[in-house]
This record gives sequence, structure tokens and C-alpha cells, in this order.
Amino acid sequence: MYSQGLIGADGRTTESEEFLARFQARIDAEEKIEPNDAMPEGYRRTLVRQIGQHAHSEIVGMLPEGNWITRAPSLRRKAALLAKVQDEGGHGLYLYCAAETLGVSREEMTEELLSGKAKYSSIFNYPTLSWADMGIIGWLVDGAAIMNQIPLCRCSYGPYARAMIRVCKEESFHQRQGYELCMSLAFGTPEQKAMVQDALNRWWWPSIMMFGPHDADSQNSDQSMAWKIKRFSNDELRQKFIDATVPQAEYLGLTLPDPDLKWNEAKGGYDHGPIDWSEFWRVVKGQGPMARDRIKARKKAWDEGAWVREAALAHAEKRQARKMAAE
Amino acid sequence: MVQTTPLWEVFIRPRNGLAHKHAGSIHAADEVLALQAARDVYTRRGEGTSIWVVRSADIVASDPDQAAENFEPTADKIYRHPTFYDIPDDVGHM
Repeated sequence: MYSQGLIGADGRTTESEEFLARFQARIDAEEKIEPNDAMPEGYRRTLVRQIGQHAHSEIVGMLPEGNWITRAPSLRRKAALLAKVQDEGGHGLYLYCAAETLGVSREEMTEELLSGKAKYSSIFNYPTLSWADMGIIGWLVDGAAIMNQIPLCRCSYGPYARAMIRVCKEESFHQRQGYELCMSLAFGTPEQKAMVQDALNRWWWPSIMMFGPHDADSQNSDQSMAWKIKRFSNDELRQKFIDATVPQAEYLGLTLPDPDLKWNEAKGGYDHGPIDWSEFWRVVKGQGPMARDRIKARKKAWDEGAWVREAALAHAEKRQARKMAAE
Repeated sequence: MVQTTPLWEVFIRPRNGLAHKHAGSIHAADEVLALQAARDVYTRRGEGTSIWVVRSADIVASDPDQAAENFEPTADKIYRHPTFYDIPDDVGHM
């Protein structure tokens, strides 16, 4: 469900001109780079950070929705939400596994998440206040993630691209169940419609911030584009998302909370009002309303799961010893 | 001491008649848990009918730096391919 312009990319690299030119030629020829291939240190570092942030976002992203599983209003909705949250966990695992091919261990990545060193998508630092949030998150947050993730299926790094293909196949269910949930509220009682409008009002701006800073303020974006880690700029993806979403909101009879949003015939897309980037950076830096709770929940899960990991390893060792003795 | 949980590579057979194909990897303490985790992570939507798990540490891979000497010689052995041999059309399909 995650998407966000990478925070703090660092494409600096110290290899020889000749090495970099040879690598760039492979990229330009649309060759995929595989785990053991020679690659610039900056390429490796950028990918480890991006895939790591992406994986952490999937894992933390289970929390805002997990919050509503026990309160889902019907078995159908509960089954869908459970399946979706399970998918997010799965997506996190596909991505950790892609990052591990670059020589970073799962333990290191987990440690960086729990210590607050690694970032995750700022969207998950907002609270899920009503049931309608489950619909809006599927429709908008997963919708924004899909916009970002489809081009990542063509990322130059093979394991990341393959993980993204798997993720994208599953993500479509996330968005559709969310939109369907919004439909049932928007076409329901006036109270239900008001509830979904309220959720939309709270999630709209955070959703369009998910694409990251404007291109002019997005450092290191050019290097990621040249290395074909990224295929479209933050603003290009944001524009696509807004253009796709406006008619979907109109169908629901809901109002997007941006008075400046209007069709621009000349560019063939919608213009939107100014984005509050100071809020974005506050939330990225961990000042979102839920930031502390999210990490606390992850720490609790990690600490309380310690005995299970230890027991499983001890059991494996014992079985192994027994097997050896029998041979 | 913190022990690390071993890494396993996961191979899935989408359906009978097809070969197992690499799907990704998984962490698990032993082969029983690895199979269970692989099922949960890689086959939530009928992606497979059979799973293999292999300890990642047990995989031996060729060195990409030697790819040229390993694999390029096949490119100049075009006589290994059927199209290298001209057979007249009159002979019929062969």
C-alpha cells in the first residue's frame, strides 16, 4: 500500500568513470541488474534505503487498519480487511527479501525501524478515526501506492521489480474493496455519507503528499531516474493520481477538500491548491499524531515475539541433533 | 546472544505440468516452519500446488564476472542450431 518519494536518497558514489559508464550502458540498454552483479555503491545504497523504507511502510501500514478488524460491521468486510492486512504483511516480506539480496540483513533492517533510524511512509502516522477510514485508505492510499508501484515493476533492479509485480497484482483488490466500501457509505444514510466525507477531508492531503516533495525540491531524484530505479517524477505521479481520482469522487457525490482544484484544459489535467509541506516534513520526522504509537506497537510485537523466535530455533537445533544421532 | 533466523529460498510449482520456479525467500528456524511461512507468504491466491524450500546458504551460484567465459562461447557455435543447415523446400517440413 505504500508509496512515497524516497526520503533522503543518497546516490553519491566513488567508482571510476569507466565503471560508471559501463554500468549506465547496461541500464540504458534496459538490462536488469541482478544481486551479484557489479554495481555502484550509490546504486546499492539508494536501493537498500528505498526498498527498506518501502518494506517498513508495509509492516507499519498493517497497524492503522488492524485497528478496525474487530470492529468491522459485517463478516464480509471483516474477511476483506483481514485479507488486506495479511497482504500488507506479505508485501513487507517480499520487499525485505528483495533488500536482503543487496547484502543487508533482516535483523539490521528491523533494528533500524525500531530505533527510528529508518523512515516509513508518513501516511501511517495519521490515526484511523472511523470505519469510513478503511474505505478511504483503500481507495486513496492504496490508489496512490498503485500509481507509484506500477512503474516500479520496471525498476532496473531485478529482485525489486519482481517483488513489485507480485505486490501490484494484489494491490488492485485493496483499492477496489476500499472504493466499494466508500460507495456503500456514500450511497447510504446521510450520517454514513457525512462519515465518509469526513474521512475524505482528513485523508486527501496526506494522500497527495505520499508522492513526496515537488520535483524542484526533490534532491537526488535525477540520479534515481538515470539509474531507472524511478521512472516518473513525484509531480508526474501526483498529477496522474489526481486526474484519476477526481471523477471517482464525483461518482460518489463527495467533495475533495481543495477549493483550488479545477480542470486545466491547456494541460489536460487538474490544477490543485498549495500543499502544506511543513506538515509533511513534521510527519516524516516522526511528529505525526500516531508516530510514537506505531513504533511502540512494532517494538512490543518484536519484544513479545522474542521467546517464539528463540523457541523455534531451539526446537530446530534439538531436531537436528536428534536426526544426527539417528544417522 | 541474538541468534539469527536462517534464510530459505522458496520455489513454487504453479500447477502440475510446470516446473518449480523461484518465488522469493523467507526466514524460518527449520524446514517445517519454512514450508508453512512460504505457503502463507507466497500462495495466498492459488499461486501454487507444490512448494520447495532450500536453505539460501546451500545454494551455489555462478559468478556474474565469469558470465562471459561461461556463457558466451555458445554464441559462436551456430552449427548447434537447426537453422544452420539448409534443407531444400522440396524435402518438406523437417
